[in-house]
Amino acid sequence: MKGTVFGVALATAVAIAAPAFAQMSLVGEWSPRYHEDQPDRIPGPELGDYTGLPLTDGARLAADSWDASRLTLREHQCKVHNGPYILHGPIQFRFSEERDLRTQQLIAIHEYLNTYEQERTIWMDGRSHPPEWAPHTWQGFSTGKWEGDILTVYTTHIKQEWVRRNGVPNSEKSTTIEHFIRHGNILSHLIIWTDPVYLSEPLIRSEDFVLQDRTSGNWLWPCEYVDEILDRPHSAVPNYLPGKSPFEGDFAYRYGVPVEAAKGGAETTYPEYQMKLRTLPKPPKPAAGK
Amino acid sequence: MRDQRKAVVTLAIAGALAFAVRARTQSTSAPGGTADKPSAVVQPLDTFHVGGNVHMLIGAGANIAVQAGDEGVLVVDTGLAQNAPRVIATIRTLSNRPIRWIINTHVHPDHTGGNEAVAAAGSKTIGGPAEIIAHENVLTRMSAPGRQPPASTAAYPTDTYVPEEKDIYFNGEAVMVYHEPMAHTDGDSIVFFRKSDVIVAGDTFVTTSYPFIDRANGGSVQGELNALNRILDLAVPAHEQEGGTLVIPGHGRVCDEADVLEYRDMVTIIRDRMQDMVNRGLTIDQVKAAKPTLDYDRHYGSDTGFVTTAGFIEAVYNDLKNPQGKPRVR
Repeated sequence: MKGTVFGVALATAVAIAAPAFAQMSLVGEWSPRYHEDQPDRIPGPELGDYTGLPLTDGARLAADSWDASRLTLREHQCKVHNGPYILHGPIQFRFSEERDLRTQQLIAIHEYLNTYEQERTIWMDGRSHPPEWAPHTWQGFSTGKWEGDILTVYTTHIKQEWVRRNGVPNSEKSTTIEHFIRHGNILSHLIIWTDPVYLSEPLIRSEDFVLQDRTSGNWLWPCEYVDEILDRPHSAVPNYLPGKSPFEGDFAYRYGVPVEAAKGGAETTYPEYQMKLRTLPKPPKPAAGK
Repeated sequence: MRDQRKAVVTLAIAGALAFAVRARTQSTSAPGGTADKPSAVVQPLDTFHVGGNVHMLIGAGANIAVQAGDEGVLVVDTGLAQNAPRVIATIRTLSNRPIRWIINTHVHPDHTGGNEAVAAAGSKTIGGPAEIIAHENVLTRMSAPGRQPPASTAAYPTDTYVPEEKDIYFNGEAVMVYHEPMAHTDGDSIVFFRKSDVIVAGDTFVTTSYPFIDRANGGSVQGELNALNRILDLAVPAHEQEGGTLVIPGHGRVCDEADVLEYRDMVTIIRDRMQDMVNRGLTIDQVKAAKPTLDYDRHYGSDTGFVTTAGFIEAVYNDLKNPQGKPRVR
């Protein structure tokens, strides 16, 4: 009898002490696993490889015009990968929580990214997004909410950078919806990226991360521009005129990918496109190729 | 006796001045629909604190910058004439100090339309309106016979400059005014608040459309690029090419160097493409058919409104084919 009373009291105490709903925590340091899309994420994509991207014609022209020398311009040198791209690139990050000291309500989840020393704040306190005339940032402005054990994040006010690291741009009109899903020590990240300028349909990507037992790697990434090319006019912007890129057709020929498929587009992102692929001609040797 | 008379006269002048100052002070704080203090029914515009002493006013036709401090208020551009009461009402939500300076970034009425009313609501000297600074070419254009829409003489710049730059020190910071020849127009000024670390670009930089190369008012694509490159030279990002110096565009959202960089790159790339087409002898119709702006059209392009894609292409084409002058390349 005495034991039963004690047991009931203990259970009651535990029930009172515990929150009504034990919320998932993402706190800790996470490192990526690159098994998915590895060639795109680590060595980086080939020039002219737009496969699997729902590009607009404008995005394709922008990418074909992109000359990697543009990154040598001093104002481009310290540009970072923006929020929608960076979790697909080389990175590790740390999640921490900001809570009201008195109420312990969750105000924000902070995500510190070691690549380029970026810090992102995911506001969890229900605040609204800034007005349209507010500045944009690399990470954008994010608000989050828990949907069961899934953290869902909506982001606006993102800076222009790129969708793929070979000149395929994103625009500042981009918005994203992300889902962070934890399974034990594995964290899956799914992003749905909408861009009315350069994507004809939302781009969906996913990555996996593993919780680290020990902190590791370099968490600092200071950047200072230098003059890399001295005899270039101050106002020059390296770019290829339409149809004049020396790399045009190079990727398709080298990997035997039909030219049409290499150019991407919404159709190429669907499984049934594999049927069409078989009917497409082999890529010709590019005239201007290496 | 002579000394006594002198003392009385001095006292009388001092008294009159003190009365005038008091009257002026009372008028700026008096309730009701005076020029200084519009009635409560006037809805203020949206504002955004950009940095230091500088705020941006949104919705007056063009963006307006307001620098406010102990010495008073400095306003860069004044919006459309019909929005002047709202501009003044909004300034009064930021400061009740006198509006002492107005700077016009260029001649267009969405930037100068409120000059008369805003100047009258202010005072550079006791009883006088606010001073209006602009490049000499703004006054020339504004006072030209037959100008449409006509501007009242009270809206004219009262303090023009001709050299490359002008500066004043106001509210504890240097305010640098740089002339950008043959850019959006021939009278563009870029205003740099050095301590607040804010640049006001006028229409040399906008986020809502392609640049308006106003050739009728002396604009050119190379001058436009020079202006954008000047902004890049002045701006210093805080960390990893983000923040730091902030830029108020003529229209659109607050930006930093990275945003201006993308815009500068775009205008340069389109200029390069069209220069190649002009060199190859393409007609304007052939150039339009080649879609030299395709990669930016979904962002900046438009078939309607003040700045259309076709209008931009025509302006760049005509400028490259028949330049009106030769702005030096920065």
